Order: sequence, then structure tokens, then C-alpha cells
Amino acid sequence: MGQYLLRRLLIAVPSLLGISLVLFCVLALAPGDPFGELTTNPNVPPEVAAALRVKFGLDDPILVRYWRWLLAMLQGDWGFSFVSRVNVDTLIMQRLPATLVVIGLSQVLALAIALPVGVLAARKPYSIFDQIANTFAFIGFSLPTFFTGLVLILIFSIWLDWLPFVYRSDISATGWRWYWEHLRQAIMPMAVLALFQAASMTRYVRSAVLDVIRLDYVTTARAKGVGERRVILKHVVRNALIPVVTLVALQMPALFGGAIVTEQIFRIPGIGSLLISSILANDTPVIMAVTFVFSCLVVFFNLMADLLYGWLDPRIKFS
Amino acid sequence: MEEKALRSLIASVADGRLSRRDFVTRMVGLGLSAPLAVQMLTHAGVAVAQTPYAYKPTKRGGGGALKILWWQGATLLNPHFAVGTKDQDGSRIFYEPLASWDGDGNMVPVLAAEIPSVQNGGVSGDGLTVTWKLKPGVQWHDGKPFTADDVVFNWEYARDPATSAVTIAAYKDITVQKVDDLTIKITFKEPTPFWAQAFVGLSGMIIPKHHFENYTGGKSREAPANLKPVGTGPYKFVDFKPGDIVRGEINQNYHIPNRPHFDTIEMKGGGDAVSAARAVIQTAEFDFAWNMQVEDEILLKLEQGGKGKIAVVEGGNIEHIGVNTTDPTTEVDGERSSAKTKHPTLSDPAVRKALSMLIDRVSVEKFIYGRTGKATAAFVNNPAQFKSKKTFEFSIEKANKVLDEAGWAKGSDGIRAKDGKKLKFVFQTSINAPRQKTQAIIKQACQKAGIDLELKSIVGSVFFSSDVGNPDTYPKFYADIQMFTTTQPQPDPYQFLAQFTSAEVATKENKWQGRNYTRYRNPEYDKLHTASRSELDAVKRAAMLIQCNDIVVDDVAVIPVVYRPQVHAVSNALRARYSGWDSSLWDLSGWYREA
Repeated sequence: MGQYLLRRLLIAVPSLLGISLVLFCVLALAPGDPFGELTTNPNVPPEVAAALRVKFGLDDPILVRYWRWLLAMLQGDWGFSFVSRVNVDTLIMQRLPATLVVIGLSQVLALAIALPVGVLAARKPYSIFDQIANTFAFIGFSLPTFFTGLVLILIFSIWLDWLPFVYRSDISATGWRWYWEHLRQAIMPMAVLALFQAASMTRYVRSAVLDVIRLDYVTTARAKGVGERRVILKHVVRNALIPVVTLVALQMPALFGGAIVTEQIFRIPGIGSLLISSILANDTPVIMAVTFVFSCLVVFFNLMADLLYGWLDPRIKFS
Repeated sequence: MEEKALRSLIASVADGRLSRRDFVTRMVGLGLSAPLAVQMLTHAGVAVAQTPYAYKPTKRGGGGALKILWWQGATLLNPHFAVGTKDQDGSRIFYEPLASWDGDGNMVPVLAAEIPSVQNGGVSGDGLTVTWKLKPGVQWHDGKPFTADDVVFNWEYARDPATSAVTIAAYKDITVQKVDDLTIKITFKEPTPFWAQAFVGLSGMIIPKHHFENYTGGKSREAPANLKPVGTGPYKFVDFKPGDIVRGEINQNYHIPNRPHFDTIEMKGGGDAVSAARAVIQTAEFDFAWNMQVEDEILLKLEQGGKGKIAVVEGGNIEHIGVNTTDPTTEVDGERSSAKTKHPTLSDPAVRKALSMLIDRVSVEKFIYGRTGKATAAFVNNPAQFKSKKTFEFSIEKANKVLDEAGWAKGSDGIRAKDGKKLKFVFQTSINAPRQKTQAIIKQACQKAGIDLELKSIVGSVFFSSDVGNPDTYPKFYADIQMFTTTQPQPDPYQFLAQFTSAEVATKENKWQGRNYTRYRNPEYDKLHTASRSELDAVKRAAMLIQCNDIVVDDVAVIPVVYRPQVHAVSNALRARYSGWDSSLWDLSGWYREA
């Protein structure tokens, strides 16, 4: 186990290096310039943009810049944003809470819906409950989030006037009111994301459970007179969870990455909107940091999923 | 417009036959900026009669929270680094200039005690010095007094190339001296007719010396006050999250009595223009939203809800079509559209003239822009005395006639040709729904006149970038004609008109940083433009600048399409003054909510 872990971690190092190099090169070769806005402004002499490029080292060869970035990153220096000139880690820390709250809660909500619904639907396939669950699942994942988001805004903000649709990270209220206000503004984005996630997860859970529920050992368990509840929870769900765990684990990094479209619609100051505005502004250090952390998380959660398999199914050995 | 006609017009303002506002509007229509028009009036001795602003609140504070929305959040709060409007506006909450420009182009003192003029001795007769008197008793948010030292410091700070301030243009060619604690003197290297660039408006916001003096030049990025501004403005800094939110609270020691009205201010960024309009006009979650670049049809529909409305602010934005004078298809020395080439077909004045007659501006205004773009405001059918040259005309018939006469005959495919050269053009613009619709309208008209347009649309972030490696940027102009909005920099059109001088031609050599992307070259224009630089007679100078503008329009180097005012969404209760020549928040201290 320990050896396996060590090996996996060692393999992760070159792949992360590779990822970062590719990211850096793609960004460096992409069109655009962080000081584009300056050059189109006739009030600003071209020398200013040129001086800034030199100051921020943008005119050096790509590999030199990459090396510089890598060394700094290894020392924990994430660099600073070209646009706001704020340190990148500060920027990310400012955005993280909103992302974690909204996306995290929506994932929990999605799981809370998908697991029971998927299992119940699979227990009696093609029953009325299954049909209804399926219909909703299909609606859920065929509607893009920007559409459901706008529909919810239209209904709850504009027609009913119940919920605000501009998310504010600075709420001045205190105590219970503070929680209430936060919840109120998070309801719609959470619902949008949870609906989308739950839909596909339900389908996953259902098919995974269906695969297992027909196996002989389940019949044996039932024949032995084990209670239905126990059969489902102990024998079926545990085995069916393996593919579901893969799915959920791979979605965990998305917690950090945020949901770009939903964040844009509700103006949630999360990582996703930070990423998109940095991409639009060609703010390389921020894009690098966010995408790099993102790839680290993907690697990490892949490993976690593999380790979880072993716990769920003792037949899987790490060697 | 001749100098004489201008003078008689000014005379009619003086004796009241023409209103000041009409005069300013007409001058703007002729390609001048409102501040310059006002300068002419002042120069001619027509008294500044500002429309008084009724500020009703009788005490400071008590107005609750002011919530304003930008669809891009402010990313930094140092006015000398403010790249875009969002940053300038974010900074303007906390910092103030010596004077601001109001919507009519008048200079309004903010941190200055009065506006310098020749009459009060502030402006020297030779145009070489300007003396500003500062308002006494102004305090920074931390309680320190605001003095001439701060003003002088801003000049030193911004002019240092190592600081890389975006405001450097206003400060690099002047010398600023402290006369006494409340007086400063600006000295110019050459007679400068338009002296109100430094310390005025967007480039004039003043930062405190005691917070920045240790962070000049190369260290400018490290100043803590870059993110925690300490200014003189109506609101004190509370919190800032780049790209998201700026918050402030009332400044109890603000230098104007009874102001500001609101207790807190919150400037939120992000999202898109349509939902911003919704948040103000439909749900009233916010009081104000900046720059609604939304089709007028949608805005009209939203306004029916009745919680807010649209404020149209005249400024200097012109949606125009640039006509390439060089050949975009031939490569010379590694660049296309090289200044060494000549356009094979567009170099014929008849073709350019026909093209300008094929732009149906009226339809573009009527069906696309509505209140957000006016075909009639720029280069217009103004009253009789202006009509002579500056009317635009849409006539497919006439365009056909001009082309026929010039020998461009229609071929079997319906496209005109001469000497084997066909009238086929690539027409490029950025991706933006109104622009694509405008392209379609123009293409249709051209088709009827035997000109084939190939429409091309490029993502805005590429089209407007300065990326040397990309062929699709507007400065490279690897197309025959292109359309976009150019912003007349406040407040002097001299800089704006520099984009047609030979010295500014965009070439590979200057990495396409020259602003003359049409590569228009005309010695007569260059001479006139240079002469206007140091002409001290405001009226004569205005006539010169108008003539500059006439030359390029008559020569069809550029075809103005619509004049685009800024459009803001405002809640019904909010009372505010806006200006197209300064920050949208130039008069923030005077904003209040009607009970």
C-alpha cells in the first residue's frame, strides 16, 4: 500500500510538469496580450505598454519564462496578476469561499438526490417511479445550465421577486440574518448546478445498481432470508458504488474550478469567473495558477478514487 | 466650417440667439469634443453659464446604500494604472481630480478653488503656464491635509517612465512647481492651447504623497495603497476584491457640505449587460448599471416594467468604417497592407465615394441601434450654414452613376470591374450582434451597386488586441474595409485626429502600434494637424481641427456610421448627473435618491 502510494506520487510529478509546460506554451502562443487595452487607447503612448512588457518579462523567450515561473512556483511564489497587480494566491483565496459554498453544496445536494433515486429506480426497473425518475434525469441533463439559470431568474427574481440574482460576497448583516442572506442568494445557482449534476448521476447510479442487483450472490442473499434493506445497502450498493466513486472523484476538482457559466449568470465571484476574466484579459499568471491547481487536484482525486476502490472492494489489491 | 462661420455662430451664442447646448452639440457633430467647444466660448468671452444642479438633501448621509453595477469588475484602484473604464470609475469613488468635465463639456472645480482662465490670471497669455489654486481645508481620508505637495508629487510619479503609469501622456511634457501650499504652476514646453489635461478628468485623479512617496518608479507595484486607496473623495475605502466588488462608506469630512447623501457604496462587477439592465430596470436590486451595450429593443421591453429607465449620455464614440488605402493582398517585406503599396481598386476616389453612398445610416440607426446609436449626430444635416459639405447621402442610384462614369462596368456575374480588377472587398469587424446586422445592411446595398462584399467577423479579444503574431487585429488591417467604434479621447480632439497623420501609419516596423490603420497619407492634412497643435486662438484652432476632420471624411478615408452615446440603466428614484467626457462617477458626491 505504502509502496503503491509512493509510486503513484512519483508518477504524478512528471505528468504535472508536462501539464504545466503544455499549459504555459499554449498560453504563450495564444493570441492576445495583457496590455491590449493600453495599445488601443490613444491617450496612452505605446512606450508604456512596451515598458510594462519588459517589466513583467513578457518579451523573454517562452522557455526562459516557463523556467522562471516553475522556480517561483516551487518556492511557493505564485506570481502576481498582470491586470490587478495583486498576488495570485490572494486572488484565489478571495474567490475560493464562494466557490466552495455554492459548488460544494450543489454537489452534496446532487448526491443526496441521485443516490436514493438511482437505487430506488433500479430496484424496480421500468416501474412508474423509474419512468418518472428517468424522464426528469433526461430533462435535467439535456437542459444547459445557462438555460435553467435564466428560467429560474425569470421565475423567482423577476416574476415572483423572491430571490436576488446578483450574488454578493460582502453581506453586511450579522448572525442568523447573514446565513439567511447567503442561503437566499445561493439557492438558485445551487439548484441549477445540482439539477444538472443529479440528472447524470442518477443515471449512473441506476445502471450500476442494475448491473449488480441481478447477480447470483444477491439472489443468494435474498434466499438466505436477509432483509431487503440489508441486501440493498450491504450487498448491492457497496458493490455498485465503484463506478459512482470514479465519477464523483473526478468531479471533485470541479469544486475548485467552479462553474464558469453559472458563475457568470449569477455574478458569483468564484474561481470560474476569475478564470474566465483572466483568460479574456490574457492574464497569464492567474490562468496558470488556476489551471495548474486544477490539474493537481485531478491527479490527486484520481489517486483517491483508486484507493477508495480497495476499501469498497477488498478483491482489488494494490501491487 | 470656416473660421468666420464659427465666429458668427459664437456671436449668436453670445447674444442668446443660439443656446450653449445647441452650439456644443453642433461642434460635436463636426468632430470636436464638447470641452473644446466650451473652450471656444470661454475664449470668445461668452460667460460660462452652468445649468444649476438641484441637490436636494439638506444633510450629509442618511441615504442608505448606493448599489451600482458594472459588467466588468474593477481590477485595480490606482488611477495612474487604471487600464479600462471600470478601473477609472472604481478609482474615482475614492480619488478626485482638480477639476472634472460635466456633460456639456464645462470644467467644474473639484479639488481646485476655481478654474484657471485668462481673465482670472490663471492662464498666461502666451499659453505657456497655468496656475491652479487649490481648495483650502480639504482632507485626505486619514485626516492629513491635502496640499500643493500632493499635486506636485502626482506629476513626478506619473511622468517617471519606470512607474509605467497609463496617465504618462498628460504629465511627461510639463513641469509642475509648488508656488505655495495651495497654489501650483504648470509650465509647458511650447504654447499649449488645450492645457486641461494634467490634473483634470480621468487622467487627473490625485493620489496622496504620504502613501505613495516610497513606492515610485520600479517599486510602484508594491504600494499597499494600490489596493487600499486613501483619497479625498466622498466615500472612504472599506473593501476591494479585484474583478468583483469595491465597497466604500461615507466620508464624514468630505469637503462639500451636505454631501454625500449615501451612507455606503457598493460597486459590483461581472456578468453581462442584459442582466445588469434587468437588475436595475426590472428588479431594482441595483440603483445604477454602467454602459448598457444592449439592443434598444430589449431595453425598451425592460423599461415597461417601470422600476427604472435608460439614461443616454452624449460622448465621443463613433462607429465608423475605415477604408484601406494600401493593398491587403500583396505582401511586401513581410507585411500585407504595407504603406509601400496602393490599393488596386479603393485608390480610385470614385469607388470610395460610391462606397460612402452605400451606407444606409438611417436604417442602421432605426433598425439596429435605436437610442444607442444616432446616424444624425455626427457629420450631419445640421442647420443651413453647415449643410454645405457635411451631409451624408444614401443612394444606390447615385453610387451606380458614379461608378458608371468612372468606367467600372458590371460583368456577367453582376460585379463591376475595370482593367480586369473586380470590385470585391473583404469587410471585417468584431463579433457583436449589431455589427453583424450593420454588415448585412451594407452588403445588401453594395450588391445592388455591383460591389461584392465578403463579410468577416473576428472575436473581439483578437480584433482589438495588439498581438503582433495575429493577422486578424484591426491595426494590421489585412482587409479592405473594417468597422468598429473609436473613442474620442477626452478632452482634446488633437490626439484623436492624429490617427490620420503620416507619422502614425501602422507598419511592421513599429509593430503596428501606429494608430493610423487606414495608412492614410496627405501632406496637407499633416501640416494642418501640426499647426493646430500650438495655435492659441481657440476659434482658429477649432476651425483647423474641423477642417482636418473634413479632409478625411471628404476623402473617404473613413466613413462615419453612427454616433454612439453611452447608455446607462438608472433606477427611477436615483438623481445623478453624467458626463460623456469624464468618468460616469464624476459627480458621485452629488448623487442622491429621491424619497
